[in-house]
Amino acid sequence: MFLARLTKRVGIAATTLFGVGVIVFVLLRVAPGDPIAMMIAPGATPADIAALRAHYGLDESIPVQFALWLKGILAGDFGTSISIRRDVLDLLAERLPATLELATAALLVAILIGGGVAIVGTMLRRTRGESVVDAANGLLLAIPDFVWALALVLVLGVFYPVLPLSGRVNPQSADDFATRFYLVESIVTLRFDKFLEVASHLVMPTLALALPLAAVITRVLKQALAETMVQDYVLLARLKGMSELRLILQEALRNAVGPTLALTGVQFTFLIGGTVIVERIFSYPGVGNMAIDAVINRDLPLIQGLVLAFGLMFIVINILVDLAVVALNPRLRHG
Amino acid sequence: MSLLSIRNLSAVSDRDGGTPILRGVSLDLAPGEVIGLVGESGAGKSTISKAVLGMLPRTVRITKGSAIFSGRDLLSLSSRELRKITGSEITLIPQDPMTALNPGRRIESQLTDGLRLKRGMSSTDARRRGLELLEEVHIRDPERVMRAYPHELSGGMRQRVLIAAAFAMDPKLVVADEPTTALDVTVQKQILRLIRAMQAKHGTSVIFVTHDLGVVAQICDRVTLLYGGMVVEAGATAEIMERPRHPYMQALLAAGPRYDRPDRALAPVPESIFAGLREELASFDREEVRHG
Repeated sequence: MFLARLTKRVGIAATTLFGVGVIVFVLLRVAPGDPIAMMIAPGATPADIAALRAHYGLDESIPVQFALWLKGILAGDFGTSISIRRDVLDLLAERLPATLELATAALLVAILIGGGVAIVGTMLRRTRGESVVDAANGLLLAIPDFVWALALVLVLGVFYPVLPLSGRVNPQSADDFATRFYLVESIVTLRFDKFLEVASHLVMPTLALALPLAAVITRVLKQALAETMVQDYVLLARLKGMSELRLILQEALRNAVGPTLALTGVQFTFLIGGTVIVERIFSYPGVGNMAIDAVINRDLPLIQGLVLAFGLMFIVINILVDLAVVALNPRLRHG
Repeated sequence: MSLLSIRNLSAVSDRDGGTPILRGVSLDLAPGEVIGLVGESGAGKSTISKAVLGMLPRTVRITKGSAIFSGRDLLSLSSRELRKITGSEITLIPQDPMTALNPGRRIESQLTDGLRLKRGMSSTDARRRGLELLEEVHIRDPERVMRAYPHELSGGMRQRVLIAAAFAMDPKLVVADEPTTALDVTVQKQILRLIRAMQAKHGTSVIFVTHDLGVVAQICDRVTLLYGGMVVEAGATAEIMERPRHPYMQALLAAGPRYDRPDRALAPVPESIFAGLREELASFDREEVRHG
């Protein structure tokens, strides 16, 4: 049952990715802006331009170009970046780990902060503390990620320069890692100094991405908890002698968390989108940062590869969310 | 010597600007006795049972009276002391078995919560006791039910589980809050019989909240009829059923369908009786004001 559900989801995911590919491919080619115009030297002859165009396959019709691109992808060839002149897949492999670590950290931090505040707010319900939590959360909901990024830079990078402002690691440490997953590698290899170094670089971009999502999680989860805490089974459990915290964690949370999880999956799109601007602000070498350059340079193959990577991240997260919802709800598990 | 003695209990609802919801209620419950609290909605029957369980909503304020249980006044205990008694010496069989079990937890953990939390039993011991309890409430295949989630059980089965959980603590008093209202008529009878049997076996006192006089006749030793938070009539069930004194009780008994006389139309309680009841409430409130 579980496997069938998963297989179905993977099938849908492939279809979605294909759709994403078609849309991006066509949009890029009908939108104004010519990648060749960005790269030709002054004084190039029309013949030179035509030769370049042919070299990148841009002289074919759009359907033919798409078919060639798709054929390449199925063979594991995502094409060559026009502006950086390197294999798109290599570039993604180089940059994606940085963004994956950042996005995952931000998601976990958002769940911890958002969930924690929701639980504290629920424990404080019908007190003045609850109004404070609600008011603060209302304020947080209104602040977008890039404002957080700039505020964090000002406070923790300029006024109190306690955290590094840019990059993933100190420049001289870049060769100390065997993989591109710096954070994971430093944990697995138990290099505590390296872990601190990577983590300190991650703090600000992670917070900038996590805080808006945390505010959404708090709002939705706290509301759901409030509805669950007055259910008969919670009242009965209170009578059985459970503490308030235990009531929330053991009785209410599991039944209240469904909508929050589903929403988190959707909101993750915004987080992924946020990596583009936040990575730029912190000069963080991830795919988001690279995407801005790719768009500026009309680097069609690279943009296509990046969008597919973003789409894949989104789909994977939503499959994980769906599986979590099913795992938490016994009625769905057997049904 | 009564197990529970409620004396002159009055309460108001702060939400409705201090409207009285209990008016000088007194009742006594002997060990091993089943008492029925009867009345229409808003008569105060569930306010009384919630007061006994320490589950009154914040909007309800006790203004007067006491509820002495085993020598302690439940209404003046600190919440910490009260929590030692409720859920252990006093337990609840809830109204709706469909909402009173957590959909996300297995029966085993929900059935044995109290044993583990209040009795400090190990999970192995609690599990063994849980299986015994399920057999006691006539559940077939208790092993399977222990592993099941609530949605895998029927309403009647769930109510049996909740009854088992209520008696698991060997309480002195069980509050049964309309435990059959949400059930199918055929299941109702079985559940009533089960509660009566469990009560007799454990020597437990039961407060049986209901609006169904037929249920009262089946299960209760004594009955207290409430209207507007005031005791209208109280006494032994058989005697009241035979010779009701108050016109409201007489009218209620006359209003019920008679299976032996199916041709007779249902007789609603006449409006004059409600007018009389309202006058009794008003005169009680005037007395309260005069005596402060």
